[in-house]
Amino acid sequence: MKIIYTDALIVGGGLAGLRSAIAAREKGLDTIVISMVPVKRSHSAAAQGGMQASLGNSVKGEGDNEDVHFSDTVKGSDWGCDQDVARMFVTTAPKAIRELAAWGVPWNRIGKGPREVIINGEKETIVEKEAAHGLINARDFGGTKKWRTCYTSDATGHSMLYAVANEALRLDVEIHDKKEAISIIHENGICGGVVARDLISGELIAYVARGTMLATGGYGRIYKQSTNAIICKGIGIAIALETGIVTLGNMEAVQFHPTPIVPSGILLTEGCRGDGGVLRDKDGHRFMPDYEPEKKELASRDVVSRRMIEHIRKGKGVPSPYGDHLWLDISILGREHIEKNLHDVQDISKTFNGIDPADEGEKGWMPVLPMQHYSMGGIRVKPNGESPAMKGLFCSGEASCWDLHGFNRLGGNSVSEAVVAGMIVGEYFANYCSETHLTTNTFTIQRFLEAQKHYLEEILSYDGGINIFDIKDRMRTIMQEKVGVFRNGKDLTDAVNELEDLFKMLKEITVTDKSLCSNPELNEAYRVTKMLKLALCAAKGALERTESRGAHFREDFSKRDDENWLKRTIATWTNPNDTMPTLSYEEIDISKMEMPPAFRGYGKKGAIILNPLSEKREEEIAKIKESLGSVDRFSVQEAVMPFDLQQEYKRKNERVGVGYD
Amino acid sequence: MINKSAQIEENKEGYREIKITVFRYNSQNKDAKPEYQTYKLVETPGMTLYIALIKIWSTMDHNLSFDFVCRAGICGSCSMVVNGKPKLACKTRTSEFEDGKITLLPLPTFKHIKDLSVDTGNWMNAMSKKMESWIHTKEVTDIAAIEKPVEPDVAQAVFELDRCIECGICLAACSTKVMKEDFVGAVGLNRVARFSIDPHDERTDEEFYELIGDDDGVFGCMSLMGCEDHCPKDLPLQTKIAYMRRKMVKV
Repeated sequence: MKIIYTDALIVGGGLAGLRSAIAAREKGLDTIVISMVPVKRSHSAAAQGGMQASLGNSVKGEGDNEDVHFSDTVKGSDWGCDQDVARMFVTTAPKAIRELAAWGVPWNRIGKGPREVIINGEKETIVEKEAAHGLINARDFGGTKKWRTCYTSDATGHSMLYAVANEALRLDVEIHDKKEAISIIHENGICGGVVARDLISGELIAYVARGTMLATGGYGRIYKQSTNAIICKGIGIAIALETGIVTLGNMEAVQFHPTPIVPSGILLTEGCRGDGGVLRDKDGHRFMPDYEPEKKELASRDVVSRRMIEHIRKGKGVPSPYGDHLWLDISILGREHIEKNLHDVQDISKTFNGIDPADEGEKGWMPVLPMQHYSMGGIRVKPNGESPAMKGLFCSGEASCWDLHGFNRLGGNSVSEAVVAGMIVGEYFANYCSETHLTTNTFTIQRFLEAQKHYLEEILSYDGGINIFDIKDRMRTIMQEKVGVFRNGKDLTDAVNELEDLFKMLKEITVTDKSLCSNPELNEAYRVTKMLKLALCAAKGALERTESRGAHFREDFSKRDDENWLKRTIATWTNPNDTMPTLSYEEIDISKMEMPPAFRGYGKKGAIILNPLSEKREEEIAKIKESLGSVDRFSVQEAVMPFDLQQEYKRKNERVGVGYD
Repeated sequence: MINKSAQIEENKEGYREIKITVFRYNSQNKDAKPEYQTYKLVETPGMTLYIALIKIWSTMDHNLSFDFVCRAGICGSCSMVVNGKPKLACKTRTSEFEDGKITLLPLPTFKHIKDLSVDTGNWMNAMSKKMESWIHTKEVTDIAAIEKPVEPDVAQAVFELDRCIECGICLAACSTKVMKEDFVGAVGLNRVARFSIDPHDERTDEEFYELIGDDDGVFGCMSLMGCEDHCPKDLPLQTKIAYMRRKMVKV
């Protein structure tokens, strides 16, 4: 049997995984990253619009700081997030972006003096300060009070990923690509590494490490229409679930982005609307101000997506062979702006739809429709990134339910979370790896290797004649039609039942080629099995959650219900022979919150069942503030909700004009 | 050549039928012989090679191997030779080929894996290390303090060269690379050009000369411009190679 030993093992080579690898190497740990694809091809590269960090350099970001970013993030999450984690995140994000700048990410920079921008469909001139000249610029994004999203044109994820990957190469992080983790090695509740499959030779390899981190991204591909790369199948999350012990959080919390292009589903960044683009209906009418007079196109993604579907249901969609859609109009931004700051959007629209969005008027409008975009749910972890159910198993980035995003992530907070978690969780992980010694042994390792060998052989022995691709297509259609933007009890019940039926059919497939190596059909057979488990977690979680929160919207329970549902859905797959996940719930404690639940400031009004504890906590906070007298905002924050964070990252951030205040 | 009779869908809409011929070979199987296989399918509106190959894979031939990730022209995974020219398959529309006949070969110069799948990751990582593709500086950054200012135009110029996606097409289109295995190609030279204009990087021209001042570097290029002609990101590769050559000659 083939065993590879290392100190720190990281599964997944996107931003979160590679930044964690750097944290481990900086502590002198032997570090291996395994990845299904060359690491620079990871889905982080596809992040377009930007990274949120409260630098407050631009005149439109003046007054921004950790507190404002925190408040936006909590409201965006519809109070589903862990507020401790949100605090850790907003405090570290400015440091993350400055570290990346030093590593060479060519962030768009501010030029002093006047510049023309489009705000609310109108041209306006803003004047940038002399002192901000050459500092990192930011654009507007949905659900934010300030212009906070820093960017490199619309290829932000690409620039960030390349800088972080090259830094990892500098530090001699070992990268093993075309390797897929298919099972977690564990014993007595301690993680010992993973069993991985070499996707070229088919060989099974045990990667054994003091600590293991999963940074394997989201599970968007369980939906028929998704902006996600085709590798975003949630395999890392699924192998955690398959331990029977590790818990997943909020798998029903799935984000639908308002503006993927129709029909390919390729994303057009939120930066299109952030920079002043608008949504139009079949009559060319800009409809968002009718629904959201204050935030308009820049309400949070869950709200905009729902409003779009609502508008289409009123008969205002544009008919097409692919169903009704709406228009995204960025032509008003002008050709020069588009070619400089929305370069890839223009390229995508021209290549895949033959539309140049810089063409004036209707000719440049791009067809868009909300589609799956982000997985808020994932492997439940503590604020230090470790699974509460398995020692030595860490998780960061989209694969995790850390839980920064609750039921809706803000645009610009994903790549930001990936690097910030890579820093914070990466360091906790590195410390764990430094302080811990292996307890597993070759007997256990061999047992896990053989289990996978037998499992793959079992799949090849099935002979029921069903095509695995048909099962996959059906699963993705069910998720699309019944676990989508608008959900209801009847459809969700159907979805759960149908998915369970599909799951039971998995033993009736036939894999035509019986080879264990270079067999893409076999890959699909075990991946679809894992995807179906995640689909069941999402659908069952959505069915049981009889309220509406963030991206999870129930037509039959249209209010956010803080009295009964201020809690996280926790899923486990208790027994390998189960055909349904086991759900339980984790309460979110209002009495410890810095920001008790209230109205978000956008979305339908009067759609909240408030918990009386909200008011009580508000009063408590008021009393704490009163007792403090006049102290700075950091002391207030610390008194209301103290949180742990590494000293290096907890330091105050400097800003133009305000210093360290 | 094998002609596999594919299950052709009923052609209700009057769309044309296209023929896609794919190079088949499994490098892992010592007994395997390379061969071509032709698939017939109905061309749907807006069809790309990504859509076509996924269709073939999921309905006609589950054993076909290829590399797609983002399917949006962003990640650089799906480079292959399409009717003789290296291209990103995901950005190539089948309607570009008037006679409806498309032949696909794996990207040359990289280690072949199976069918249209090649190993680009290890080569690109080695190149990145060889070119020392990271900021070299003695300055210690305090990440809590205001960042070092950069002129907006300079940041924009660095970004333009930072857009390379390591797809390998410049190497597949390069005659020097065919003759010189260790040639770093436009991807490597562009990388050095990128760091040479980055104000965070303190390396001197002499230090860059150590990286690319030979026939495997900037003096190997014969200026045939295959790289720039085929670059899917429209990078100004020839201008940058010429710029680096002028700089290096002066060292």
